Amino acid sequence: MSERLEVNKTFKLVVKGAFVRSESGRSYEVRDAAGGFLANVAQASRKDLRDAVVAARAAQGAWWDASAYNRGQVLYRWAEMAESRRDELVDLVGAVEGHKKKDALGHVGRAIDRIVWYAGWTDKVAQVLGGANPVAGPFFNFSQPGPCGVVGVIAPQESSLEGFVNCVAAPLCVGNAVVAVASEQRPTPALALAEMSVTSDFPPGVLNVLSGFGAELMGQLASHGDVDGIDLSGSGDAADELARVAADSIKRVYRERSNDVENPLRRLRTFVETTTVWHTIGQ
Amino acid sequence: MIENSATSPLGALRYDVAPESASLAHLRKSYGLFIDGDFTPPESHEQFETINPATGETLATVALADTADVDRAVASARRAYERVWSSTPGTERAKYLYRIARLIQERSRELAVVETLDNGKPIRESRDVDVPLAAAHFFYYAGWADKLEHAGFGAHPRPLGVAGQIIPWNFPLLMAAWKLAPALAAGNTCVLKPAETTPLSALVLAEILQQAGLPEGVVNIITGDATTGAALVEHPGVDKIAFTGSTEVGRLIQERVAATSKRLTLELGGKGANIVFEDAPIDEVIEGIIDGIFFNQGHVCCAGSRLLVQESVADEVLRRLLRRVDQLRVGDPMDKNTDVGAINSLAQLERIRELTDWGEREGATRYTSACALPDKGLWFAPTVFSDVAQSHRIAREEIFGPVLSVLTFRTPEEAVTKANNSKYGLACGVWSEKGSRTLWVAQRLRAGVIWANTYNKFDPTSPFGGVRESGFGREGGRHGLEAYLDV
Repeated sequence: MSERLEVNKTFKLVVKGAFVRSESGRSYEVRDAAGGFLANVAQASRKDLRDAVVAARAAQGAWWDASAYNRGQVLYRWAEMAESRRDELVDLVGAVEGHKKKDALGHVGRAIDRIVWYAGWTDKVAQVLGGANPVAGPFFNFSQPGPCGVVGVIAPQESSLEGFVNCVAAPLCVGNAVVAVASEQRPTPALALAEMSVTSDFPPGVLNVLSGFGAELMGQLASHGDVDGIDLSGSGDAADELARVAADSIKRVYRERSNDVENPLRRLRTFVETTTVWHTIGQ
Repeated sequence: MIENSATSPLGALRYDVAPESASLAHLRKSYGLFIDGDFTPPESHEQFETINPATGETLATVALADTADVDRAVASARRAYERVWSSTPGTERAKYLYRIARLIQERSRELAVVETLDNGKPIRESRDVDVPLAAAHFFYYAGWADKLEHAGFGAHPRPLGVAGQIIPWNFPLLMAAWKLAPALAAGNTCVLKPAETTPLSALVLAEILQQAGLPEGVVNIITGDATTGAALVEHPGVDKIAFTGSTEVGRLIQERVAATSKRLTLELGGKGANIVFEDAPIDEVIEGIIDGIFFNQGHVCCAGSRLLVQESVADEVLRRLLRRVDQLRVGDPMDKNTDVGAINSLAQLERIRELTDWGEREGATRYTSACALPDKGLWFAPTVFSDVAQSHRIAREEIFGPVLSVLTFRTPEEAVTKANNSKYGLACGVWSEKGSRTLWVAQRLRAGVIWANTYNKFDPTSPFGGVRESGFGREGGRHGLEAYLDV
């Protein structure tokens, strides 16, 4: 009897909670660490990216209007989904990053735990970053953190899953919507995790993930007038130029710098806006 | 078939009974002590019955823990602290707590039924308030377990060790969650003692802890009476006592631990003032007053049991309030339409009767809802006293029942003075459309929680607790971690 033939998976972009091929009809090959063929993935165009920004903008309001508790539940649900499909993620990470199974398991475990960590931040950010301000006058004055809006993410090129999670979960947990460009050569773990987000009660459009060529997409993301912040973690040598482009629309920019003191909250804080309310006190 | 009825401007409204099924509780006949991860028979060989206050029927028998059992439980918690929990990373502690939260959500209907059967509170409340808030509390503190260094208590805040936790009968599951979640998140192990009359939901929670795979001994749940609680308080192996209950018992506990190194937090009684200004929206005010005092039969430490109404609107508020009181549906707690359920115990019912008798004796005007009460079980019809003076017992003492005392005031200063004229200081309500005045009043009230244009709102992110004889320490929010950290 012949062996059963496996059904191979087609990886697509995740935009507005749906799985789409690029409007351009293009795709490219993803290869494993040894150079073998793994999959064809959609090659997103600048139009796909703009569509994703529109979807993110439309979804962001509902995401922020949801209670912090609810956002935490949704993120935790995402971790549950990822855990239940952990083996798949382990295989994908192992293939693109060239790890042994044990190491791949470590990467995936840390990625899932990182989602859980950010799930817990949703209803604590206000208590750590906000607070009452004792102004010198008869006013009740308090500062509350909120999202900056739509955040673009250029995910790390090397760390296909852990790096991706770090970049998207931080802005998501404080109420931003995200348009992420996955690792160019290693996009499949991020695309799979994005699929799982679709079954995790995220409002469609809150997390959009594209695969494609950085050279084509990064500049568009950095210059897009309706993107409020950008994480340049995976942009490599292009980071300086992209940061300059982002200045045109006064984007909040997250970059990893060699002299950074390790602070896990810096990324989250980058995509938070503080609003201060003054209220009179008197009879 | 019993029919509840209520009158309204539209005429008599009738409701068909909508009973929840008691069989969902899946109760065992008897329960042992949950020590070292298992239900074990008590050293005392004694069991006692827990009854359904709405029917008088026995629900189950539970073990009576004596000093030897307290010893076993504390030793188990100590072992678990030293061998497992204190070296379990925050990330892993967090995931245990998330699991517990999820399991509570999954078994929420069962837990709601158990709670209502054992406590007598309306199923609508246990289903919509107690159980979801308990799950939310575990969710919230799960998220702190791996973020303690961000909580504002220093870079490496340490747990205290073994926490002895004694909880009341008014919100049995929710109080267990309030105690366990922050303690575990901070890295402590626990010995929890549920109230004598409401042990069952904590025992279902013990099953949930087993299902969550929580390491043995991290949480021990021991049922018993006041002697059990006293043994726990005095046990030398306990590093921290957290108590929620009466001021009377809280005082005894504070005295007992005074000359020890034990940490202590107390959440005690209250006599909350619900202050209504003349500009407040009356429809919402009436609902807020009702919710403030008749929620959970008034068995609420932060109940709005003193209504302070501005004189100019006092007559109208009282008239509409009494009309609304008549519409409260009192009876079978398992009926989804019930507003006010059973009084939890005969002792509590007698306490309510004694104080309401004093209300009449001291000259207040009593109004009691004419609602029909079931033949068996423990009941007290919603009651409102007007013409109450500050010196009356019903204005000074916590009744812990569906009884409201109405007083009046003329100016904001007078409202504040009267509201603060209490040895307690747990919660207050302020009703006004004028935000600046609400904040002015709030600054001057001596209370741990102040609700503006709402009442009896609870959230795991929001610190709760009292000042003065309502106790000290906060539960909920970032502040709630402090009670379980060596900081």
